[in-house]
Amino acid sequence: MSMPYYVAPEQIMKDRADYARKGIARGRAMVALRYAGGIALVAENPSNTLRKVSEIYDRIAFAGVGKYNEFDQLRVAGVRAADLKGFQYSRDDVDARSLANSYAQMLGQTFTHEMKPMEVEILVAEVAHDDVSDQLFHILYDGTVVDERRFSVLGGDAEAITSRLNESWTEGLELDACLRAAVAALSGPDRQLVADDLEVALLDRAAARRCFRRLDDNVVEAYLATSPPSSE
Amino acid sequence: MSMPMFAAGDDPGASFPELLRRMGLQAVAPTSDASDLLTPHATTCIALRFADGVVMAGDRRATSGNLISHRSMEKLVQADAFSGVAIAGAAGPAMEMIKLFQLQLEHYEKVEGSSLSLEGKANQLSMMVRSNLPAAMQGLAVVPIFGGFDLRRNTGRLWTYDVTGGRYEEHEFVSTGSGSLHAGTVIKLGHRPQITRDEAINLACRALWEAADADSATGGPDALRGIYPVVATITAQGWQRIGDDDLAARYVTIASEMRSRT
Repeated sequence: MSMPYYVAPEQIMKDRADYARKGIARGRAMVALRYAGGIALVAENPSNTLRKVSEIYDRIAFAGVGKYNEFDQLRVAGVRAADLKGFQYSRDDVDARSLANSYAQMLGQTFTHEMKPMEVEILVAEVAHDDVSDQLFHILYDGTVVDERRFSVLGGDAEAITSRLNESWTEGLELDACLRAAVAALSGPDRQLVADDLEVALLDRAAARRCFRRLDDNVVEAYLATSPPSSE
Repeated sequence: MSMPMFAAGDDPGASFPELLRRMGLQAVAPTSDASDLLTPHATTCIALRFADGVVMAGDRRATSGNLISHRSMEKLVQADAFSGVAIAGAAGPAMEMIKLFQLQLEHYEKVEGSSLSLEGKANQLSMMVRSNLPAAMQGLAVVPIFGGFDLRRNTGRLWTYDVTGGRYEEHEFVSTGSGSLHAGTVIKLGHRPQITRDEAINLACRALWEAADADSATGGPDALRGIYPVVATITAQGWQRIGDDDLAARYVTIASEMRSRT
């Protein structure tokens, strides 16, 4: 019997991380931004049926980029966990933080113990009743959780998109301005994304119970068409 | 919050009751006769079709034997945006079934990304009633009615059930609970195929009034405490509950009609 070659743990982890990062970078990006009335989730997604953004619970949304079957499995697990918790305790007891922790545990476990890490980055967003306590939990392929305050960028080309949003995002943006900023950041300087290339959903703070709402292409188009206010 | 994960071939899919069973959280049926425990019972609920959809209504009383145990129970609830469910029978299991049914419709919608058809919802409820059969055999029977607006066929539809989960679609009206005989007769006499929304609400109010008049387990309108039946319409615009002020005015009219006859 031949002895397996010794590979340093650092090298194993680095290889896995590279593998996951490559998989994620191949996919198209998505952004989630706080705006005056809640949280907007905007994904570049040419498909109208395979969703990247979806509802988890009354005030909680999920978004995933990377390998579809992997993040969709995570999405369904999240819906199940949230519905079970709400059934056993109360609807008020279901929160994004505990959900994000569970996701982080699971991704971390898979990253260190399985053959192949999950090639996904996910986001758990919760809209608060007031406009200062919204939560955006960005969870990476290795289980790292980042708690973001203003906006969150997932997927390939995240650094460039983040730097563009750093320029355009401000506190208390209205929905139309927020969507224009998101689309401009996703498009970059060399191309122009239109409503048909996008999947847009909101967590609407003012909704009575279920805050998650998808926006149709024609609604998105109308928001994007509004000419930006000429403040300069 | 633990993450329920399942192997690909062993996945409970979009079924919430099945998920509960896997997690060991489903309700356990009593093993001996529970009928003389005097648990609260919910009573009369009705539903009828009108030109644009359905009207559903339920009285507010729950009884334990000869005592009134609740005056303001809501046996008719919204199941989802385009359907409602009303339940008569043992109040504990009935409320649990309503909660589970609402959750199942929402759970399916979230997991699958689209709503069940109205027929699919009616079928789901049928399975829940059937799974309650062991408890029903011990005296904790639960008998719902289900109504909603079918967006695919563009019409209101109604279903009635029996304790074994039997599901029967009706074209005019359905009723359940102890006062259902009286309430059903009132609707049978007053119902026409193209009845308007306003007439249908009046007919539902009148039916519950007559049921309360003849059946001690059905509660009538309680002007003293401001408790009125739960009445709602479901149309292409969705579920809409009728306000208590509106119902109070309708009952004043009904009362004055009754007075003018004596």
